[in-house]
Amino acid sequence: MDPMEAIKATFFQECDELLGDLEAGLLTLETGDGDLETVNAVFRAVHSVKGGAGAFGLEPLVRFAHVFETTMDMVRSGALAPDPDVIKVLLRAADHLADHVSVAKGNDTALGGEDGLVAELEALSSGAGTGDAPVPSIAAAANDEPDFGFSPMMISIDDGPDEAPAGVPDWSVSFTPKDVMYRNANDALPLMRELTRLGPVVVSCDVDQVPLLDALDPLGAYLTWNVILTAPDVARERILDVFEFVDGDCLFSVEPVQAELPDLSFVLPDLEPLIPTAPDEPEPALLAEPALAPIDAAAPPAVAAAAPAAAAAAGAADAPSADGRASEAAAPTIRVDLDRVDRLIDLVGELVINQAMLAQRVMESGVARSSNIALGLDDLEQLTREIQDSVMAIRAQPVKSVFQRMPRLAREVAAMTGKRVRLVTEGEGTEVDKTVIERLAEPLTHMLRNSIDHGLETPEERRAVGKPEEGVVKLAAMHRSGRIVIEISDDGKGINRERVREIAIKRGLIEADASLSDEEIDNLIFAPGFSTAATISDVSGRGVGMDVVKRSIQALGGRITIVSKPGHGSTFTMSLPLTLAVLDGMVVTVGEQTLVVPITAIVESLQPKPGDIQALGPEGHVLSVRGAYVPLIDVSESMGWTSPDLTGPGVTLLVESGTGGLAALRVDAIQGQRQVVIKSLELNYQQVEGIAAATILGDGRVALILDVDALISLRKRTAPPPSFQLAIAS
Amino acid sequence: MSATSTLVSSSLTSSNTERELVAFRMGEQEYCVDIQSVLEIRGWAPATPLPQSPSYVRGVINLRGTVLPIIDLGARLGLPVTPPSARHVIIVARIGLKTVGLLVEAVSDILTVGEELIQPTPDISCETVRAFVKGIIAIDGEMISLISLDGLLPEEIVQEAA
Repeated sequence: MDPMEAIKATFFQECDELLGDLEAGLLTLETGDGDLETVNAVFRAVHSVKGGAGAFGLEPLVRFAHVFETTMDMVRSGALAPDPDVIKVLLRAADHLADHVSVAKGNDTALGGEDGLVAELEALSSGAGTGDAPVPSIAAAANDEPDFGFSPMMISIDDGPDEAPAGVPDWSVSFTPKDVMYRNANDALPLMRELTRLGPVVVSCDVDQVPLLDALDPLGAYLTWNVILTAPDVARERILDVFEFVDGDCLFSVEPVQAELPDLSFVLPDLEPLIPTAPDEPEPALLAEPALAPIDAAAPPAVAAAAPAAAAAAGAADAPSADGRASEAAAPTIRVDLDRVDRLIDLVGELVINQAMLAQRVMESGVARSSNIALGLDDLEQLTREIQDSVMAIRAQPVKSVFQRMPRLAREVAAMTGKRVRLVTEGEGTEVDKTVIERLAEPLTHMLRNSIDHGLETPEERRAVGKPEEGVVKLAAMHRSGRIVIEISDDGKGINRERVREIAIKRGLIEADASLSDEEIDNLIFAPGFSTAATISDVSGRGVGMDVVKRSIQALGGRITIVSKPGHGSTFTMSLPLTLAVLDGMVVTVGEQTLVVPITAIVESLQPKPGDIQALGPEGHVLSVRGAYVPLIDVSESMGWTSPDLTGPGVTLLVESGTGGLAALRVDAIQGQRQVVIKSLELNYQQVEGIAAATILGDGRVALILDVDALISLRKRTAPPPSFQLAIAS
Repeated sequence: MSATSTLVSSSLTSSNTERELVAFRMGEQEYCVDIQSVLEIRGWAPATPLPQSPSYVRGVINLRGTVLPIIDLGARLGLPVTPPSARHVIIVARIGLKTVGLLVEAVSDILTVGEELIQPTPDISCETVRAFVKGIIAIDGEMISLISLDGLLPEEIVQEAA
């Protein structure tokens, strides 16, 4: 990759994190739990996105971020109270900022509605000026600051002190990088360039500290940059912000000056030798008037103290950046290319397979279990497992990244349906593999929508049954026996079983006189074809039914169950694997081949008794399971290896397809359950119908992992009507 | 020493007029493929058969953790299928973005052949021959057919790789 592209990619990665922080911060503020640190975090996020975008010349993004930042700055300085209405606008701005980033990435092309949003943001920042807030507005703050801070000092200046208070201040910025700044790969040029965004600048370089060549440390830093910035409307902290990234790695000061620009630049070289200058304080060299030197000595904190509003803002700006560093130091992280991690996971997978091969060979050679070599292998096995776990942990991420999108969704759905909702999240820190997280967002979104739209009652209905008007939807994640369990529960009305039953009968999913348990009725909402057309609304019923949710969960190797209590609400429970790189499988033998059936698809295993298997039609067979009949699929025949021999001994696995259909898979023998490393067939070959993927067994041979869904649909023509399947769906 | 100089001269000249080819035997016939597409040559290992695959797809084997499909090259060209034995050889080759194993009877030689020695394929009726044989080389009175690996995989794969 082109180095610039690589840096840009890193920037976008950071953007994703920053945008996440931004939204999380705003949501915290919305709940009223936010403190000054939260406000600062939000401000920093916008500022950092803007700063990075500026470096890549993403003008539209920078422009919008700037407006956003200005408004956030008002909140930060206390001029704008973060009340819900303001936060709503800010949340939308955060969305729009994310859209901008997406456009910059090239993922999206169109951006609309920005003008309105910009107007709203600007209205917020200017509207606040008319309020009773201590600081009227940003621009005013900038102008006021020198009035507060410097007027008394100015009196001692011979040169035009009288105009000073009313005059337009310029800024004198002195910037002395330490060598550590260069070592951190920062450069003065981008900072200077950033200053030019604020207004016209005159930059001069002070080379006095540069030693003679033989004393020169090539890695040292000797230059001081003096900048006169003509930017009367710019607040001091805007200038400080420019240097935020190099804070601590340089000496810098920002002082207002009154002098004319040309004068200064002319006067400078002549005056320099006359002014006693401390090595670390080169500003006096820049400031023509010796009388100004005390201001420098007073240093920024003293200046800030004179201007209370500015002090709050500047102090706030400094403190969090220090905190930010502290928390980074507490949990150091590195950014790694995902491909490298994937390669590592692949290699560890091979290590696991090789270890298993080795163990099998050693056992086959008849070595005693207590021999040194067998004991050594045991140790190796433990070590391999630990390495595997650790490597898998690299890809693990807290589910927070998905959960934090949900509050916004909940609010939107609540607004659309006129319901009042409080979303409670638990276990956000629970970690799962990145790929699982990525594919979790869609089903979760849909289920949350459903919970609010279908589960919760309106405030009036809730009041009528004596419940608080505000409904509670809980989203919880936890680890349970090597899997992650995610629950979405609501305290709404529960599933209307009569209604579900009616719809199911109308759609031909069940017979009109079928007797179903409550649980079976609840599960009907997952049936394909169970459309929510009867309860369609703006929010759900967009053609995506719960069957799609169930299918996407099952595609992840997960299961979903529902428990509903009329009048008390429903709980959806998803149980998912922690990773998609390994799979819990039942290893079975079919003829000479070994196959793996995903455990998640298996309901139970059965040893059919004579007479349990019945022929149905010319070539179909069914298996009797406690009085009900399910289609029987001979795996060997499906694979095209042998013709069916249903008279011989064999075992059947009762499996459930993603669409809820049951079938029995006939195999020769079950070897046992084990974790297998999933290997792609498509990588070097192509998709094979009925096969989900491959794995490598302990003997080094490839075993195929069955795609139960595809196997069942392959045999659909011999399957009995759906009512049969549902009758035993318990 | 002489071997080294041969290598150097062949590598120097191969860029314009000479090609290095891996020759192998299938049935009574000699074939060859460009050495640049060959990654390694290994012994036969029992393959796991794949369902719903053409008869020339022998199945998949484990190549150091990668699932490698095995194409019976003879069967692909329409030659009679011979049951693979321990003497058979798998040529691991790259076709587009995919790595596949080509099952052949035995690898016989590595040839350095001038481009001008490669004759056009005679116009015969067999479609698979027309599709895969891209030229014919006569060496010491023996005929060796140059095979192009493009299009060797089943249809879908070629489309996917494209």
